[in-house]
Amino acid sequence: MKKIFTRPKSLKDTPFHYCPGCGHSIIHRLVAEVIDELNIRERTIGVPPAGCAVLAYNYFDVDMAEAPHGRAAAVATGIKRVLPDRIVFTYQGDGDIAAIGTAEIIHAANRGERITAIFVNNAVYGMTGGQMAPTTILGQVTTTSPGGRVSLRDGNPLDLSLMLGLAAGSVYIERTSVSSPKGILRTKKAIRKAFEVQLDDKGFSLVEILSPCPTNWKMNPTEAVHWIDETMVKFFPPQVIKDVA
Amino acid sequence: MAGKVLMRGTHVLGEAAIRAGCRAYFGYPITPQNELPEYMASAFDKLDKAIFVQAESEIAAINMVIGASVAGARVMTSSSSPGISLKQEGISYLAGMELPAVVINMMRGGPGLGNIAPAQGDYFQATKGGGHGDYRIIVLAPAYGQEIADMTREAFDLADRYRTPVMILGDGMMGQMMEPVIFPEPIEPASLPKKDWVLDGCKGRPSRIIHSLWLDPPLEEELNWRLARKYEMISSEISDQEMYLVDDAEMVVTAYGTAARIAKGGVGRAREMGLKVGLFRPKTLWPFPSRTLAALSRNLEKILVFEMSTGQMVEDVRLAVEGRCDVSFYGRPGGVVSTPEEIARVISSTYHQMESGVHRASHSHGASQCRAAT
Repeated sequence: MKKIFTRPKSLKDTPFHYCPGCGHSIIHRLVAEVIDELNIRERTIGVPPAGCAVLAYNYFDVDMAEAPHGRAAAVATGIKRVLPDRIVFTYQGDGDIAAIGTAEIIHAANRGERITAIFVNNAVYGMTGGQMAPTTILGQVTTTSPGGRVSLRDGNPLDLSLMLGLAAGSVYIERTSVSSPKGILRTKKAIRKAFEVQLDDKGFSLVEILSPCPTNWKMNPTEAVHWIDETMVKFFPPQVIKDVA
Repeated sequence: MAGKVLMRGTHVLGEAAIRAGCRAYFGYPITPQNELPEYMASAFDKLDKAIFVQAESEIAAINMVIGASVAGARVMTSSSSPGISLKQEGISYLAGMELPAVVINMMRGGPGLGNIAPAQGDYFQATKGGGHGDYRIIVLAPAYGQEIADMTREAFDLADRYRTPVMILGDGMMGQMMEPVIFPEPIEPASLPKKDWVLDGCKGRPSRIIHSLWLDPPLEEELNWRLARKYEMISSEISDQEMYLVDDAEMVVTAYGTAARIAKGGVGRAREMGLKVGLFRPKTLWPFPSRTLAALSRNLEKILVFEMSTGQMVEDVRLAVEGRCDVSFYGRPGGVVSTPEEIARVISSTYHQMESGVHRASHSHGASQCRAAT
């Protein structure tokens, strides 16, 4: 019998702990499929964040090193500099990469570190219970913006990917969404290209992925994906932000 | 660089690190240790496969150290007091992930921005854990140029042997002072023992995880006890000290690093005055050489602790001595450097108080009687 669908080799046989409707498990799978397809499982080292995806090392069947909150890009820099022929990726949420780790990611991009960042943007701090994130959109209700995010008080949603596009060392930056089958396919293409940029030793690459968080958005999974497509994309439009590959 | 060379402390640290097989350095400028990253940048420029990154912050630098250590490199970072505060989060992770690394702290005056003069205010931070969580790191305290070279080599070996961060605790004066040094033979990084735990891609083996997260409390407890057993083993194996003129001593000055060199000068002058005074200099601050000091204290009337702080190591001295003899303290914090003459005067007045029995009265004052008149 021909097997037409199976678990990627780069994922362990471990059930995901993520909430129903969460985008992390889809994104984990896409990254694992790309690692399989590029045949780089045995030379890939991943750096998960502090946040919902902190346990990513329990799912990816590649070498994984934990980083302190926000510091994945610096840890990845250390690994990649020592092992330049390995493939090093970070997997970071919006709070991790766009608030506490802003300096590390900007300077890694600016140095043109040959690493790939998978940036999962769900507009809240998920693991800590749905607090306002740097990417929380204006008007969005969170546990620390109970009346909705207000620009004057809370600042504006930060478009980190756009900022990283300005860095001379960044080569490929794309924002996608896993809110639809089409978006999932586009996301996989983007992840593949981001890894290829690293394989070709061209520079820094990053894929920002808009990802649903039904639990903290207080929505059901269907409402959550619709909210991405109808509201979140107004602040974070899916697009190729930079491609000089 | 064969034979004896004249070099400043920061350069000795750099050269000794390279000779220990260190080919990865991550740092950020801060006075008074800038000559060390500059030395590494310039030396690594001429070496194949040597990594120098001037990071965007001390925080980034220590996290690059984590990455390089995870990948198996002999790796070093350096800073001075305020920068070390920033590195403490990363040092806690190094301890929790059981990663070897060498961290240099050339201490300056503090707290806050303080100043750039030599001080010893970071003893607590260095020896009591420094960052969050239940851990210790090895802390070596050189006092001489030659010792900087020897201890740097030792620091890398200890870090690898015990899979722990090791700190070399110096100060601005030590970094600037030029002294003659004979370096050990260089080690080729390729000749170092292979580490069987590193992350270098799971070719031909199961994938590995290096992490410090243990969500299940019994597992975190297990890690804590395993670390505690490791620290106990380190304590019994490596604690070290210099003892100078202690055989017939009735009083011993205890000091480390630059303060110990000044104290040694003071002890020499006191001996010329006929006072039976010696010096006890911890070379490892953690583990503190408690047992040796405890044994020595049985034969002493008095221990005078001298630090370039308001009194930090004095607490470990008191814990080691457990009341077997009187302990008093003299300190010059804030970047002020004493002279041997000053210490000789303090020794002399403390010694005469001791002989006349005044110490019995002053005993209960403890460290509060610190600033003896100068």
